[in-house]
Amino acid sequence: MQSTIINTDTSTPFRRKFSNTLYRKNNLFLFLLLTPPLLWFGVVYLGSLFALLWQSFYTFDSFSMAVTNDLTLENYRSLFDATNFDIILRTLTMAVAVTLATALIGFPIAYYMTRYGSRAEKGFFYIAVMLPMWASYIVKTYAWTVILSQQGILYWCINHLGLSSVLNHVLQIPAIGGNTLATSNLGRFIVFTYIWLPFMILPIQAALERVPTNLLQASADLGAKPAQTFRRVLLPLVFPGVVAGSIFTFSLTLGDYIIPQLIGPSGLYIGTMVYTMQGSVGNMPLAAAFTVVPITLIFIYLSLAKRTGAFDAL
Amino acid sequence: MVAISNAFTAVEFSTVSRHYGDVRAVDDVSIAVAEGEFFSMLGPSGSGKTTCLRLIAGFEQPSMGSIKIFGKEAAGTPPYEREVNTVFQDYALFPHMNVVDNVAYGLRVKGITKPECYKLAEQALEQVALAEYGQRKPGELSGGQRQRVALARALVNKPRVLLLDEPLGALDLKLREQMQLELKTLHKKLGITFIYVTHDQSEALSMSDRVAVFSRGRIEQVDTPRNLYMNPKTSFVADFVGTSNVIKSALAQQLTGRNQSFSIRPEHIKLETNELNDKQNDIIKVAGEVVDIQYHGATSKVEVSVGNQMLFIVLSNTELSEAELPKISQKLNLCWSRNRMVMLENQVI
Repeated sequence: MQSTIINTDTSTPFRRKFSNTLYRKNNLFLFLLLTPPLLWFGVVYLGSLFALLWQSFYTFDSFSMAVTNDLTLENYRSLFDATNFDIILRTLTMAVAVTLATALIGFPIAYYMTRYGSRAEKGFFYIAVMLPMWASYIVKTYAWTVILSQQGILYWCINHLGLSSVLNHVLQIPAIGGNTLATSNLGRFIVFTYIWLPFMILPIQAALERVPTNLLQASADLGAKPAQTFRRVLLPLVFPGVVAGSIFTFSLTLGDYIIPQLIGPSGLYIGTMVYTMQGSVGNMPLAAAFTVVPITLIFIYLSLAKRTGAFDAL
Repeated sequence: MVAISNAFTAVEFSTVSRHYGDVRAVDDVSIAVAEGEFFSMLGPSGSGKTTCLRLIAGFEQPSMGSIKIFGKEAAGTPPYEREVNTVFQDYALFPHMNVVDNVAYGLRVKGITKPECYKLAEQALEQVALAEYGQRKPGELSGGQRQRVALARALVNKPRVLLLDEPLGALDLKLREQMQLELKTLHKKLGITFIYVTHDQSEALSMSDRVAVFSRGRIEQVDTPRNLYMNPKTSFVADFVGTSNVIKSALAQQLTGRNQSFSIRPEHIKLETNELNDKQNDIIKVAGEVVDIQYHGATSKVEVSVGNQMLFIVLSNTELSEAELPKISQKLNLCWSRNRMVMLENQVI
């Protein structure tokens, strides 16, 4: 008996040997696969972040306007000065409000997309949700300054609906109102909500997509009314998606420095404060200390969410 | 005077249809399931049996017709207002709750106090021999255990009708046979109506009081397992329930002189021997050629071409030695007694 081996492999012996070695030595393969991205991630992302955090302990001499390498906790202490703490509170309040609003608006849309939308409708909604994200963020924000201005379309609509007096009353509410929509916290809130809404809808929609319909049917079958099914089955299963979305809206609002400059009343936000400190003032250490604030807040938020069992369903 | 339909009828379909666009998932179905009955709905996938079950549960609403549950019109009422509970095909256990919370769910949403709920849930878990598993998550259980949790979760609500949607489909053969036995015992013990959907004809035959055979959204036959097997009314039933040879009219004409299809079970066809010769009139004889032989342990399945049709015969390996079995392409004569033939209503397969 004679058997013939047909060699279909035309590659060079070296390449073949190399492939076979990779196939046998899984660890070597993983090492080659992961080293470049891990270097990029480690050096560029985490490295620069730690460099920044390290600088938050440097000393800023307000007389010479110079930064020295002497380590101090003074920058962190000054975060609690009345003016600085105001900035943090102002930003945090807006971030919470925007997160709640995007969740309340985003959930029904995501729910409709998942449960009721036909293929075509789903496609339409995906594009409708994503389309604003294709346009430049600055352009959109400037567009909103026009929309919200007194000659803008929103005022025009409100006047024609005869609701001017209602708007005036709303604008007189302290903390929310202002002289005009464009200079009020309400206007700023509307723009933030508009800009970050897709970041809330998409994770919720992905989470809803993963909930099998028969769990909702099982709940109804066991006697749960729709509200009970929502609270006891749907919401707990989708909550990780809501948390994921709110991390986006929350942290993006906390760090934003464009919208607070263009829309709403004067008064710094964390983002604008960092921008000012590292730019015109040159107080890099305080700017660095301010960037630690959103990181800490997100961390607290996540541990609270974890404690409520938000990630149990993952 | 309010006309009350039969008090002993648990679920009654009167000319029920469910259409999806042009697709008739359920087409003009009328059935009555008696209280306490183990009723199976059998059919291939897409035959409408699961849709019927979902119509009873309330996940689907009929396009036409009426569904009565214990004499009350159910069409239009939501699932949470029906006295039925479902065991789902893939169990549909809530992944974010532990086992005992899953079982207690139905009681909790009805507003029963927490201690009472958990007491009943623990009892239900004991009933399915899972008392120690209450604190586990469904993801930590095996398929058979999940199956039992799903059963306990439905039964704890004391439904008057239990709907089972291919509940054993995902289990391996041994476990399936064990669960069949357990379900049957449970049914006897509880005395409630079981409506059982399956595509496995042997499961339906062995467990049910009555079986409805579905094909293309319609009911082919509703009967006891024995009658379904012995007296199938249509060629579909003859073919689907057990294995059967359906002799189409052309060959039937030649053999019986009647232009009507009939079915004959493989085990009723014999190789021609001299013993049968005395009662010639009752015997049908036919010549054929062996095409294939499959060994199945206790039996051998022999495929014989007769005219332009294939017939299956089943021969016992305990009665015949290997040498006595027919060989491929061997010519042989088959025979069967006339009274084993079942005449079929329609001739379309």
